[in-house]
Amino acid sequence: MAKGLDIKDVNIYYGAFKAVEDVNLTINPRSVTAFIGPSGCGKSTVLRTLNRMHEVIPGGRVEGTISLDGQDLYAADVDPVAVRRTVGMVFQRPNPFPTMTIFDNVVAGLRLNGIKDKTQLQEAAERSLQGANLWNEVKDRLNKPGAGLSGGQQQRLCIARAIAVEPKVLLMDEPCSALDPISTLAIEDLIEQLKADYTIVIVTHNMQQAARVSDRTAFFNLKATGQPGRLVEVGPTRTIFEQPVQEATEAYVSGRFG
Amino acid sequence: MDDRGRSTGRRADRLFSFASQGAGVTVLVLVTLVCVFLVSQAIPALARNEASFLTSREWTVGGDAPRFGILELLWTTTAASVIAMLVAVPVGVCVALFITEYAPQWLRRPAGNLVDLLAAVPSIVYGLWGLIVFRPIVRPIEDWLSSRLSWLPIFEPTGITGGTIFFIGFVLAIMILPIVTAISREVFAQTPTTHKEGALALGATKWEMIHTAVLPFGKPGVISAAMLALGRALGETIAVTFIVSTLAVGSDWTWSLFNGGETFASRIANNAAEFDSPQKTGAFIAAGLVLFILTFVVNAIARVVIERRKAFTE
Ligand SMILES: Nc1ncnc2c1ncn2[C@@H]1O[C@H](COP(=O)(O)OP(=O)(O)OP(=O)(O)O)[C@@H](O)[C@H]1O
Ligand SMILES: [Mg+2]
Repeated sequence: MAKGLDIKDVNIYYGAFKAVEDVNLTINPRSVTAFIGPSGCGKSTVLRTLNRMHEVIPGGRVEGTISLDGQDLYAADVDPVAVRRTVGMVFQRPNPFPTMTIFDNVVAGLRLNGIKDKTQLQEAAERSLQGANLWNEVKDRLNKPGAGLSGGQQQRLCIARAIAVEPKVLLMDEPCSALDPISTLAIEDLIEQLKADYTIVIVTHNMQQAARVSDRTAFFNLKATGQPGRLVEVGPTRTIFEQPVQEATEAYVSGRFG
Repeated sequence: MDDRGRSTGRRADRLFSFASQGAGVTVLVLVTLVCVFLVSQAIPALARNEASFLTSREWTVGGDAPRFGILELLWTTTAASVIAMLVAVPVGVCVALFITEYAPQWLRRPAGNLVDLLAAVPSIVYGLWGLIVFRPIVRPIEDWLSSRLSWLPIFEPTGITGGTIFFIGFVLAIMILPIVTAISREVFAQTPTTHKEGALALGATKWEMIHTAVLPFGKPGVISAAMLALGRALGETIAVTFIVSTLAVGSDWTWSLFNGGETFASRIANNAAEFDSPQKTGAFIAAGLVLFILTFVVNAIARVVIERRKAFTE
């Protein structure tokens, strides 16, 4: 069910601006991979190429190959819409659809897939909300607006929405940066559970979080200001935090960075 | 230093709140006075009216036994305005969606500016254009409808071929189209990127994204645009005045959209010369009051719709 990703010789552009250069990276199935690095080094940019959301931005362009279990996501006959149904995404700021109820938010993706059957939707909603550890908090108000939840609950609602369509990979861009410590812990626990079924890639600025939740860590950095970002080092999280090969990695994870 | 800063700030606050309260109260008082004036002018005329004001089509406002009613005016006004809305709102929304979502990036800004400009042109210009260009286009539609659907009372043939209600509706649609488009474009363009990306990341196609993110976000704005446009259509005077085929006195009543007829505004404008006695003027003012109430009700309904949705957007 979960699938691995292979990123080969990838360059990413915003119009004429080359934001990320020469990324080679393998993401293992059923594991959590963390992207760390200073602001502006291209973590979000790389993440967004994994479900072809990068090309939504005017001028956004990708070179190189990214494949999901051998299938090139950027092949000419691949529909980006299909890619996004396989590779789900959770954004930095919780973004439930404001005009929809909690229930409708969770099943939005299923409805897009053409599922109309009431009981099927209800089961999926309950399963996903359970999966996102939100069920107990919202089961009595599924018909209330999703925007009426707390920030942490909204973020878990977005996770429920993303896993409702049963993607193979789940991308998370700083999913906890707008949340309090308790909600953050709830989401970290959730990531731990989700890893059994999903391949997870998470961008985070929080070193402890990366250390706590991830199996592998990729450190991105800028060569210099104005230069494209690149992948400096990737390896098991423990190694990256305790015995990194590169000096820059060492400096960054120990907090002695620029 | 600190103290002075704060106290001038407070004085400015107080001044502003005083000024804005004053302005608010003035507006309310003015509106009330206008209402009182209109009602007081209308009541004596209505009291002497020997026909039923709401269900009669007669319009003899002078003399000792005036007989006047608004049935025809009400029907023509609402029917033409509804046709205008049915045509203009979907077309305007589609054009707005095209500009904000489908047009190539370089075209979006100029196209948006152009639409804003077009919306600022007095609608009579479009009325004239629509009158000339659309007459030959609307005729076949009318013929088609009246030959296929003549069993429906609203499509019954009448033999009238110039300014039918149906044609007025089309001309009104052209007149309100720019404003509907401009406001819709504005609200669609403000859809937060996070909502749009949220939908796309779930595997929505472009159209599904529009359906899940853009349209729900823009709905209250589109409703406001439609209401604003409806207000214009209901009150549009000049264009209607010179298009309508006025019905002959005593002609048979039909519900047909292919009939002529006058709207509130055109009846008042056509007969401005008659305002020579308080009784006659009162009758026209009574008709104007109905138009006022109609617009008011329409806007109130729109408010309710928008408020109901607010619970979901905040
Ligand atoms: N929409 C955009 N248009 C043009 N350039 C962009 C856009 N988004 C990001 N960039 C540029 O691409 C580079 C990488 O940005 P990105 O958002 O991927 O960084 P990041 O590592 O996610 O940073 P942060 O940790 O602050 O989120 C930056 O130089 C940024 O200015
Ligand atoms: Mg980022």
